[in-house]
Amino acid sequence: MKQLIELTINNRIYEVAVDARDLLLDVVRKKVGLTGTKKGCGDGDCGACTVLIDGKPELACIKLAIACQGKKITTIEGLAQEGGALHPIQQAFVDQGAVQCGFCTPGMILSSKALLDRKPNPTQHYIKHELSGNICRCTGYKKIIEAVEAAAKVWSIKGVQ
Amino acid sequence: MEKDDLKSKWNLTPEGWNLEGVPAYQDEKKYTQVGRSVPRVDGAIKVKGEAIYTGDMTLPGMVYGKIKRSTYAHAIIKKIDYSKALELPGVLAVITGEEAPNRWGIVPQAANETALAVGKVRFYGEGVAAVAALDEETAEAALELIEVEYEPLPVLLDPFESMERAKEVLIHEDSSGNIMNKGDQVYGDVDKAFAQCEYVLEREFHTNYPQHGFLEPHTALASYDPQSGHLHLWASTQVPHYLHRQMSIVLEIPMNKIRVTLPAIGGGFGGKGEAAPSEFVACLLSRKVGRPVKVTYERNEVFVTNKGRHPCHMKLKIGLDKDGYIQAVDFDNTLDKGAYSGWGVVVLFYTASMIHLPYKVPNARFRGRSVYTNKPSTGAMRGLGGVQPRWAMECLMDELAEMMGISSYELKMKNAIESGHTCINNMFVPHSEFKKCLETAVDKSGYQDKHGKLPFGKGIGMAGGYYITGTAYTLYQNYKPHTSVMIRVDTEAGVTLFCAAADIGQGSNTVMAQMAAEELGIHFEDVHVQAGDTEIGAFDLGSFASRLTYASGAAIKMACVEINQKIKETAAGLLGCRADQMVIKNREIYSIYETKKRIPWEKAVEAYTSINGSLVSMGNFSPPRRKGIDLITGNRVQGANIGHSPTFGFSAQVHEVEVDVETGRIYVKKVTEAGDCGTPVNPMSVEGQVEGSIMFNIGACLYEDQKLDVSGKHLNPNFHDYKMPTTMEMPEMDTNIVESYDPTAPFGVKETGEGAVQPTFPAITNAIYDAIGIRFYNLPITPDMVLKALKDKAKEAAGCDEVCE
Repeated sequence: MKQLIELTINNRIYEVAVDARDLLLDVVRKKVGLTGTKKGCGDGDCGACTVLIDGKPELACIKLAIACQGKKITTIEGLAQEGGALHPIQQAFVDQGAVQCGFCTPGMILSSKALLDRKPNPTQHYIKHELSGNICRCTGYKKIIEAVEAAAKVWSIKGVQ
Repeated sequence: MEKDDLKSKWNLTPEGWNLEGVPAYQDEKKYTQVGRSVPRVDGAIKVKGEAIYTGDMTLPGMVYGKIKRSTYAHAIIKKIDYSKALELPGVLAVITGEEAPNRWGIVPQAANETALAVGKVRFYGEGVAAVAALDEETAEAALELIEVEYEPLPVLLDPFESMERAKEVLIHEDSSGNIMNKGDQVYGDVDKAFAQCEYVLEREFHTNYPQHGFLEPHTALASYDPQSGHLHLWASTQVPHYLHRQMSIVLEIPMNKIRVTLPAIGGGFGGKGEAAPSEFVACLLSRKVGRPVKVTYERNEVFVTNKGRHPCHMKLKIGLDKDGYIQAVDFDNTLDKGAYSGWGVVVLFYTASMIHLPYKVPNARFRGRSVYTNKPSTGAMRGLGGVQPRWAMECLMDELAEMMGISSYELKMKNAIESGHTCINNMFVPHSEFKKCLETAVDKSGYQDKHGKLPFGKGIGMAGGYYITGTAYTLYQNYKPHTSVMIRVDTEAGVTLFCAAADIGQGSNTVMAQMAAEELGIHFEDVHVQAGDTEIGAFDLGSFASRLTYASGAAIKMACVEINQKIKETAAGLLGCRADQMVIKNREIYSIYETKKRIPWEKAVEAYTSINGSLVSMGNFSPPRRKGIDLITGNRVQGANIGHSPTFGFSAQVHEVEVDVETGRIYVKKVTEAGDCGTPVNPMSVEGQVEGSIMFNIGACLYEDQKLDVSGKHLNPNFHDYKMPTTMEMPEMDTNIVESYDPTAPFGVKETGEGAVQPTFPAITNAIYDAIGIRFYNLPITPDMVLKALKDKAKEAAGCDEVCE
C-alpha cells in the first residue's frame, strides 16, 4: 500500500509515493534520482549511504523514508555552494588527495560536515572518532583526516555553512 | 629558497638548459608534469556525488536481474523447477546454467567456471539460476519460488583433508587428488648448500582468508540489441578486455559485437580482476528478454562469491653462512584454492618466485600445490602471491638475526640486492633502491635505538618487500602488446588519449594525462583521457600486477614520438629552423639554439592539421620476455616464467605496536615506511597508495578472516562481523618516497600499488615479538591468540622456575 509523502531534500520538496517499508536510500537514489548517496553494504555498517537529517549524519540504508517527513535532508548533491563552487570540505578532499575510488566520499564528506558543524576546531582524535562509522578501503584514512583538518582551517576563517 | 626566487635573475639559464648545464632534451629527469602532486582529474565530480558508477545508471526499459544461490557447499543438482517463478507477474525470464555451459576463466588453459552452476555446485552460495523481472522486489520474490533439488556430497573445507579424501570425493572430475596444479622448482644444489650453512631455521606459517572489501559491490548493466546483435555491457571491473573475451566465449557472440564500458569503479584490489557471474547473468538475461538488465550484488553476495587471498600453509627453511649471507632457501607451499581455478596457477608460481627477492638467494627450492576446497574461490588480492611468502621470509629472517646475535636490519642490508641483479631463476632487476628503503625506514623510525629496549608490551619490528611492475607474460590468447594507446591531436579536442586502461580508483587516468602532457610538452589539464572502454580505447590488459603506470607510460612515450616529430617539422618550417633542434616545453615550441624563434604549440598544431587533418599516433608496450631458467644448468623450470617483470618496486616498513596484555588487543601505533617507486609521477597519489596499502594489511594481519561453518556456509558475510580497520585503528603514518629513477623505465617509473602491502604482516609480527617475546605463525593475530600465548608463556616460565629452583 503506497502513500504519498513529502520529503525535503537539499531545500527542495519532493512528493514521492512510498511503501511503509521503503528505505530512504532507495527513495533518494531511485525515486528522487540523486545517486550521489551510495549503497556499500545495506546493513548500516559502512557509512557510504550517510546523509544529514536535520544536520545529523544518518544511515539512509537503515532509515525508513516515511520517518523522514518534515525533516531537512541533505545529500552530497546539496553541498555545493553558489555558482557551483565546491564546499570547503569538498575542496579539501580534492586538494589533499583524500579521494581515490570515490565510493565512500559522499558519506565521508557529509560525516565530516556534521562534525565540523558541531566542532569547528576539532582535535585529530575527535575527527577519527566521528568518522569511525565511515569505512574507506582505498586511502588508509590519513589524507581524509588531513582534508578535514584543512577544511577546519578554512571553516574557522570563513565560517561557511 | 622560496619558489618565487627561482624566477630571479640569478637563476636564469639559457632556455632549454637546466641548472647543471645539460640540454633539456638530454636530461630525462627534468620534468614539469611528471613528479607533481596534481589533484585527480575526477576529484571534483567524485566529491560532488556526480561520478556515475554502474549502479547509478538506468537505461530506457531497464529491468533487474537476481541470482538464486546454492544452499549446499558441494552437491549434485538433481532438478531445478522454476515454473512457479515464471508465473509470478512481473517476471520476464529465468535462466539456469545449462543455457550457457561454456567455461570461462582468466587462465585459458584452466578455465573451469560457468556463468551459473552446471550439474553440480562447489561452494555455498554458488549461483544456480537467475531471474529477470520488472523490479528488484519481484525478482527477489521469484527466487523464492525456484525449487532446486540437491544430492549433497561430502564438503571439503581444508586443503589437506581435500587431498586425503580425494579418492572418496572429487571437487572437479578432471583434477585428480583435488589438486588444481602443482609444481617443483629447483635452482642450484639446495641440500649441499644447507649442509654447509652455519645457521639454519625452519618454520611453518599459516595465513588467513581475507577478502578485498571494496565498497562498491559488483554491478553489471547489459544491453543487448536484438536487431543488430550487439551487446553493450557496463561493469565494475578491473579488466575490461579479459571480461570482453570471456563474455564472447560464454555467450558465443563475436568479440567485435561486444562492447565493455567502465563507468566509475568503486575499488577493486583484485576482487574485480576476473569476470564475475553478475556480468554473465546480466548479459544472458538481456539477450533473453531483449531489454537492458542490471544486476547488483548485495554485500553478502560479494562475500560468498569473493575471490579473496589464498590461505597458504607454508614451510620455509633458510640457511645462512657464518657471516650471515643467505645460502639456501627451501619453500613448501600448500594453497587453498577454493572451488574454482581462477588465477590459480599464476598465484601458485608467484609465491614460488617471491623467495628470490629482495635478497640474494644462490640456491632455492620450491614445492607447491594449489588444492581445491568447497569454499568461495580464492584469487587475486592486492599483492597477489607475495604477501604470504613475504610474511614467512621476513619473520624467519628476524629469527635468524636473533640467532646470529645481530640486528634484523644488519642481516637484511647484508643480503639486500642492488641494481642489475640477476636472480638464480633468471629474474632480472634493472634497478633497485631497496637498501635506501631499509636505511630510510630504520633511520627515521629510530629502529636501531628502540628495538629490544622498549618496555614489555611495546615493540618495534621491521620488514622489507618488493613487487613486480607488471608481468612479463600475458594470459590473453596471443602475445599482442600488453598496452596500446592512441593519441589524437587536433584543433577541436586538443589532445585526446584513448586507452582502455581501468581507473579503479588508483588514479591511472590522472597519471596517464600527466605522462602524455610531459612527453608532448603541454599541461596535464590539456589531455583528455578516454579510458575503460573496449570500443573507444585501444587494448589494455587491465589494472592488476601493478602494471599500468609503467605499461601505459611506455606506450604513451612511443605514441608521442611521431606526434612531436610532425609538430616540430611544421614549426621548424614556419620559423625557418631545423626540426631536430626544436624543443617543446610548456605549450611552446622553440629552437634550442635560437630561442627567439618560438611559437605557441597550438599554432603549430593548427598549421599541421589545416594541411593534413587530425594528427593521430599509436604507441604500444610489450614487456621483455625473459625465460625462467635455472641459471646454473640453463634448464627451463616449470612455472618459472611467472615472476618476471620489466622492473621491480621495493619498500621497507617499521611498525611500532602496543600489546594490551589484559585484553590481548594489539595496537599499531606508528608506521614508518620508505618506498622505491622510481619516479613518483604523482607523489600525492603514491602516498595514497602506500597509506591505503598499509591499512589494508593491518586489517588482514590483525582482524580480517572469513569464517565458514562445517557445511561451508559463510558466517561473516557482512561488514559487521567481518571487521575492517576504521579511522580508530589508523596509526601515525610516516611514508617516504626515496629518491629513485629507473633509467630503463619510461619516465623512470616503477610500481607502488602492491609493493607497499608486502612488508606489513611481518613488520607487525616482528614488532609483537619485540613487545611480548612471542612469535606468531598464524594469521590473523587475534586477542584470543595473544592471551592464550601469554598464558602458555607464563605457565612455561613458572614450570621452568620450579625446576630451576
